[in-house]
Amino acid sequence: MAGLTLASPSAERRVYSPWRETWRRYSRHKLAVVSAFLLLVLILAVVLGPFIWRVKIDDIDIVAGMQGPSPAHPFGTDDLGQDILARMIYGGRISLAVGLAAMLVSVFVGVLIGALAGMSRGALGHGLMWLTDLFLSLPQLPLLLLLIYLFRDGLKAAFGPEGGIFILIVLVIGGLRWMPVARLVRAQFLSIREKEFVEAARALGASPVRQVVRHILPNALGPVIIAGTIDVAAAIIAESTLSFLGLGFPPDTPTWGRLLYDAKDFLDIGPHWALFPGGAIFIAVVAINFIGDGLRDALDARRVI
Amino acid sequence: MLDKELRSMIGEVKDGRMDRRAFITRMAAVGLTAPLANQILALGGVAMAEGASTYKPTKRGGGGALKLLWWQGPTLLNPHFATGTKDQDGARLFYEPLACWDPDGNMKLVLAAEIPSIQNGGLAADGKSVTWKLKPGVKWHDGTPFTADDVVFNWEYAKDPATSALTIATLRDITVEKVDNLTVRILFNKPTPFWADAFVGAPNTIIPKHLFKDYMGSKSREAPTNLSPVGTGPYKFVEFKPGDLVRGVLNPDYHMPNRPYFDSVEMKGGGDAVSAARAVIQTGEYDFGWNIQVEDDVLLRLEKGGKGKTVYAVGGDTEFIALNFTDPNTEVDGERSSIKTKHPLFSDPAVRKALSLLIDRESVKKAIYGRAGRTTANFLNGPEKFVSKNTTWEFSIEKASKILDEAGWKPGADGIREKDGKKLKLLYQTAINGPRQKTQAIVKQACQKAGIDVELKSVVASVFFSSDVGNPDTYSKFYADMEMFQIPLSQPDPSQHMRRYLSTLVATKENKWQGTNFPRWVNKEYDATIQAADGEMDPVKRAALYIKANDLMYQDTVFIPVQHRLKVEAAANNLRPVVSGWANETDNLFDWYREE
Amino acid sequence: MSQYVLRRLMIAIPSLLGISVVLFVVLALAPGDPFSELATNPNVPPEVQAALRAKFGLDDPIHLRYLHWLNAMLHGDWGFSFVSRMNVDTLILQRLPATLYVIGSAQILALLIAIPVGVYAATKPYSLFDQIANTLAFVGFSLPTFFTGILFILIFSVTLDWLPFVYTTDIKGTGIHWVLEMIRQAIMPVAVLGLFQAASMTRFVRSAMLDVIRLDYVTTARAKGLGQAKVIVKHVMRNAMIPVVTLIALQMPAVFGGAIVTEQIFRIPGIGSLLISSILSNDTPVVMAVTFVFACLVVLFNLIADVLYGWLDPRISLR
Repeated sequence: MAGLTLASPSAERRVYSPWRETWRRYSRHKLAVVSAFLLLVLILAVVLGPFIWRVKIDDIDIVAGMQGPSPAHPFGTDDLGQDILARMIYGGRISLAVGLAAMLVSVFVGVLIGALAGMSRGALGHGLMWLTDLFLSLPQLPLLLLLIYLFRDGLKAAFGPEGGIFILIVLVIGGLRWMPVARLVRAQFLSIREKEFVEAARALGASPVRQVVRHILPNALGPVIIAGTIDVAAAIIAESTLSFLGLGFPPDTPTWGRLLYDAKDFLDIGPHWALFPGGAIFIAVVAINFIGDGLRDALDARRVI
Repeated sequence: MLDKELRSMIGEVKDGRMDRRAFITRMAAVGLTAPLANQILALGGVAMAEGASTYKPTKRGGGGALKLLWWQGPTLLNPHFATGTKDQDGARLFYEPLACWDPDGNMKLVLAAEIPSIQNGGLAADGKSVTWKLKPGVKWHDGTPFTADDVVFNWEYAKDPATSALTIATLRDITVEKVDNLTVRILFNKPTPFWADAFVGAPNTIIPKHLFKDYMGSKSREAPTNLSPVGTGPYKFVEFKPGDLVRGVLNPDYHMPNRPYFDSVEMKGGGDAVSAARAVIQTGEYDFGWNIQVEDDVLLRLEKGGKGKTVYAVGGDTEFIALNFTDPNTEVDGERSSIKTKHPLFSDPAVRKALSLLIDRESVKKAIYGRAGRTTANFLNGPEKFVSKNTTWEFSIEKASKILDEAGWKPGADGIREKDGKKLKLLYQTAINGPRQKTQAIVKQACQKAGIDVELKSVVASVFFSSDVGNPDTYSKFYADMEMFQIPLSQPDPSQHMRRYLSTLVATKENKWQGTNFPRWVNKEYDATIQAADGEMDPVKRAALYIKANDLMYQDTVFIPVQHRLKVEAAANNLRPVVSGWANETDNLFDWYREE
Repeated sequence: MSQYVLRRLMIAIPSLLGISVVLFVVLALAPGDPFSELATNPNVPPEVQAALRAKFGLDDPIHLRYLHWLNAMLHGDWGFSFVSRMNVDTLILQRLPATLYVIGSAQILALLIAIPVGVYAATKPYSLFDQIANTLAFVGFSLPTFFTGILFILIFSVTLDWLPFVYTTDIKGTGIHWVLEMIRQAIMPVAVLGLFQAASMTRFVRSAMLDVIRLDYVTTARAKGLGQAKVIVKHVMRNAMIPVVTLIALQMPAVFGGAIVTEQIFRIPGIGSLLISSILSNDTPVVMAVTFVFACLVVLFNLIADVLYGWLDPRISLR
């Protein structure tokens, strides 16, 4: 018995619990640790920021428009003289929340559908792939207009104006981005489920759920994590498109994507306006990506660190 | 008094004691715009003068290519099907009307030989008919002569509902008859003070009978010439790709001497206004950019050291905020904003007054419209109307607060004013468009300072302006407390524009929200004024009636004008475009040239 | 295998029909009106707008409109644009060359960057090259194309004056000059779109390679003394290709569907800009035709991907 597993040095470390083992591996990944810290700082900044930086987000002062960073406005002002720092703190909550929540929705739905389609060999698999194809072909804009038109007032009534819109946006963005994840997961499943170690588990009588959760899924996570991290960036940007179409938050809500969108025509007059929200999105994306890399290394059963 | 003075002035012009230019200047001083002043002269027995031309080239052609950039390209080239000005602009390269409007609002002859007047027998004294003489010797691009039959045909073509022409509205209530080969008469069913509508201007250009006569009614869509126009215009058709490109080349047989100047013309579509401005002003890739609705800061920056400049034309477009006189939040018989309700907040005139004090028009101009806007207190600023001198506007948060205090609206614990348990919370909607969202932000902030909470909403333009009865977000359903947009003045006359707000035309569920009175404002005096103006042939009395109508709106604060908007175009420094505030951009294209 | 493909193609017919029903219903129910521009024209009374709606059948029940569409489609009639009043197929064919050229080049560029960079980065994880490649990839997909497009214009057209930024379909000139101009005007849009896609694809390729590169059989192959390049190409890449093939299959339909934002910025008369303007003006026949062709391509490339999986990993049983 022992001789068979000797090839893997991890045999000696069985003393750790799986969670501690995961954390131990994760903490080996320096960038991932730094990134987790960075993301935490970013979240704290947007949550606690308004208590420290007390400038209002919609104080208009046209005379002070388009000014670069200064002590009064550390991130400068936009064309109406509104303080970009205050707006970014406010909008950051929405952008980060939308980005993370929409990513979770798309990954969850994508993995679920992909896994089911990858495991099933019959009508269910075909049916789910049909659903994926359908969602891939749907033109998003009319669909969005339709969804908002159908559900906006109901959700507003049920969860309040901000909460209702938030739920709607997260579901819409997440609900329209799960298809690549589903396809990727299915493809991985098709290949992995035929591998020897899964055969072995099957032969040992592992239930399909156990096969998936313990054996197949951990080995299929690579692309899922990448897709998830890309989705965060995509969701933050997609939110800006939605609010520009009047489908998202009210037009005066300064989310990061929206700030970037508004700034684009002023790029040669006031680059600071685009630089800060663009930078914030970049930092969030980088942090989440490295966290994803760290998680993958930590969860990947085959990796030996 | 104005009446008498005007009459004597018309007399002076008639006798040659007063220069007509001086007359128009005097009229402008009392708020009459040039097109109307000219028509008043015509009806007063003085023939309309043709607008002077600034065209310099002394030979046809030789100007190279003219490259136009329309950020929304034409999607079709049959003027009768044009759904927007972009289509009219494209069709106008090839097709022509009888006459058009120059930048001063003077009539300019195109296919007509002379301007109808009472002297030349063109105008009936009772205002019930107008007779147009056509230019002889004009040929369609395929060589067929242009005659009165073509004009009559256009009327027959468009008035048939099966054709689905959009020009039906202009043509269905008139009768067009051929007098001889080069004369047509238009008969109106009632006295029509503004007679220069049908067949005048880019929306009303004329298509050839010989190529369209087999495609009337339901067969209209099959006409091959829908996509490859054969017109009488300065350029001959070469190529059309909907939404992308229209090309034409010089018409060597053009009926105006020495015109056109350019050897070919190209109209490229697509993109957005800012990058269109860049392509003309900054990099010089194109000669002319259409409808450059861009923040003035951006334009000023582009113009520094640029290869082009912005060009402005004064028209009568007003960006306004309309107030809802009915309650958008209460449903009566399955209908919100029902005429059977009263707006819970706006039914107090003090609230409406206070709001009008909270629109900082100067800041909107400074931050957004810049040179392309003018502040105004009037709903009617246009060519088509008399601009009232009886109105003023002001921005004052203090005064607004004072009015609200006096009316009993006291700030509550959250800083929002309330009275009898009703909070001053307003929903403010508009169509999506950069400047509009910024205006919303400016208005919202001033309102907050005065203790009014404003929620902003923006709707995609195609939904906001749709006639889809199922949709709650259209401007005519008006499920909001206030809404902002503009209704362009497409002709130099206020009648169509002001008729919209008659109390019989309130938008309701019953008329499928097709009623044009979307603020749902009901005022008997206004109704009477408009009705009187409609039948009034005396131009001066008519003018006074429209001023009164505007003032009634002002007194009731139905609309809060935000900005009188000008047309903004971008042009290469050496291009000499002729752009009129009363006409489409390409309406005077035959007079464009390049300074060498 | 061929039997499998045949069977899948048979299934594709009802599934496309189903997709077309859903597409049609979504488009029919979506709010808006092709004649909204008329609303503010005082010369066009609202009843004219309403009459046009009725005339174009917009007020008919949806199932009738669908059957009408389906019937026409089966007879090869793609419909008739409300906005342009011309046949939809002509409209689409006009837009096809520019889309294929620009979007296709962008896809190729993305692949040419993503595969080598991703593979090389994975062979040396956390090396300097890998770090730089990753950072650039993060920048790439954090910045939306509406932003990078304008940045490129400001740098290469406005400041340096090297490249034109308005794409034109009627370039004057012939022969080599024409070819050069076609390339010159496509550089920026292809770069903007290609780099954006390359960014995320690089991450996928790298991740897929990393999944495989440390497996036992790779170590075995190395131990047998095979050269690094040969190991990577013959043993690692083939097994890492499954997610990559999936991604490419996801991207390919876009060659027809176009790229809305990039096409808008550079005024490329492609299908993306046709689609967005048709959507905004509720020109349902055009939107329906474009999305339906797109749906066919989605289904087709899904099938191709499945066949490729079987080739890449013979253990995958296709039934």
